[in-house]
Amino acid sequence: MEVIPQVAKGLQVTITVLLASALLAYLLAFVAGLSKLSNNVLIRKATGVYVEIFRGTSLIVQLFWLYYAIPMLFGIQLGTNWWIGVIAIGLNYGAYLSEVVRSSIVAVDKGQSEAATALNMSSFQRMRLIIFPQAVRMMLPEFGNYTILILKSTSLVSLIGLHDVLYYGDIIRSTNASATPIVYGVILVFYFILALPLIWMTRKGEAIAKKGAASS
Amino acid sequence: MNTTYWSWERFFEALPIVLDGLWMTIFLTFASFAFALIVGFIWTLLRRIPIKPFNWIVTWSMEFIRSTPPLVQLFFIFFALPVIPVIGITLSPVQSAILGLGLHYSTYISEIYRSGIDSVGKGQWEAAKALNFSTMDKWKKIILPQAIPPTVPMLGNYLIILFKEVPLVSTITVSEILLLANTYGSRNFAYLEPLTIVGIIFLVLSYASAFLIKRLELRLNKRFDKNALAKSS
Repeated sequence: MEVIPQVAKGLQVTITVLLASALLAYLLAFVAGLSKLSNNVLIRKATGVYVEIFRGTSLIVQLFWLYYAIPMLFGIQLGTNWWIGVIAIGLNYGAYLSEVVRSSIVAVDKGQSEAATALNMSSFQRMRLIIFPQAVRMMLPEFGNYTILILKSTSLVSLIGLHDVLYYGDIIRSTNASATPIVYGVILVFYFILALPLIWMTRKGEAIAKKGAASS
Repeated sequence: MNTTYWSWERFFEALPIVLDGLWMTIFLTFASFAFALIVGFIWTLLRRIPIKPFNWIVTWSMEFIRSTPPLVQLFFIFFALPVIPVIGITLSPVQSAILGLGLHYSTYISEIYRSGIDSVGKGQWEAAKALNFSTMDKWKKIILPQAIPPTVPMLGNYLIILFKEVPLVSTITVSEILLLANTYGSRNFAYLEPLTIVGIIFLVLSYASAFLIKRLELRLNKRFDKNALAKSS
């Protein structure tokens, strides 16, 4: 059972990549989701291109592209491998989540914004006080689901040489083949334990989204 | 350095090499999707068995498979399965890929089946009972014809999602487009063009299939609406 502490050395990278890329994805989701609803055609189109490119290709391809191709194309590094992993996962899930943000805002009942206008609110007040609080509730379950997907995709960073739990597992496997089932079993359990709070939060989010939302 | 910047020469040199793997990518997409459709059906059946502890085991097994990384699952199947004493079996990379991706997505597919079954109104179940339908007839003639159409577009979306997951199997040495692009890249120390080709292939194919699924959805909606009208009259 000396496998557990060995693999646990990678927890720090797995967790920091998860937190940083989830934060980046949430941020991009709101920026891109709101840009998609902008009155400016140029902003809408540019955001559309970003969203379509990152949703239309695979995360693993994007990761390798940022890792191998960017330095060749521009002669620069995006930063350490940790940053490349965070940026790739953040950009990918930011694109998916921006659709969640956009569709939730659109889904808020029309009467709500009409009421806000009737109460003489500015468009900013209308968004901040009326639409947004209701839209965010509706987003919660999907944000939970996507955070679990982000957790699962952090395992890809071992492919660009980051020392996460999978990386340490691969090292044990290469030196001691008979331990392989235990190694990958332990890693799967690690990921599942990390996922449990996220699963719980997603269920909480579903409960919150069900009550007090606009359309009901 | 001659390896820096974009070169069309390398692009056209790498293009046929990468495209060679396209059939493998497409084959794996459909093979693992078919596997997921079948296993997803089995999950759905298992979950309907009304024994509490059994139900609990099935639900959490699905949760476990769904919330752990498919990459690690592939590694488990490919590297660990052969070394397990007694029950261990050795699978080829392609078999491992189909089993791994199919099993992972079967848990999502099962959820779709369930939502389809749940969408059938309570009155329909009662009517089947009132008309004294056998269990077989109830499912064949009443529940499934109404449960399946609304799930088709959702299943289609998962086919596209699965397609985009296939390059993961390059890590267990299946010669699909990403592996071939990486091989070209390491041989010529030029990753930019082959990886860009892979990206373009995914963009083109996933948008073409998303378009087809949207059209299918529209057609199904039309038929489904007709059914709904017939029902209410």
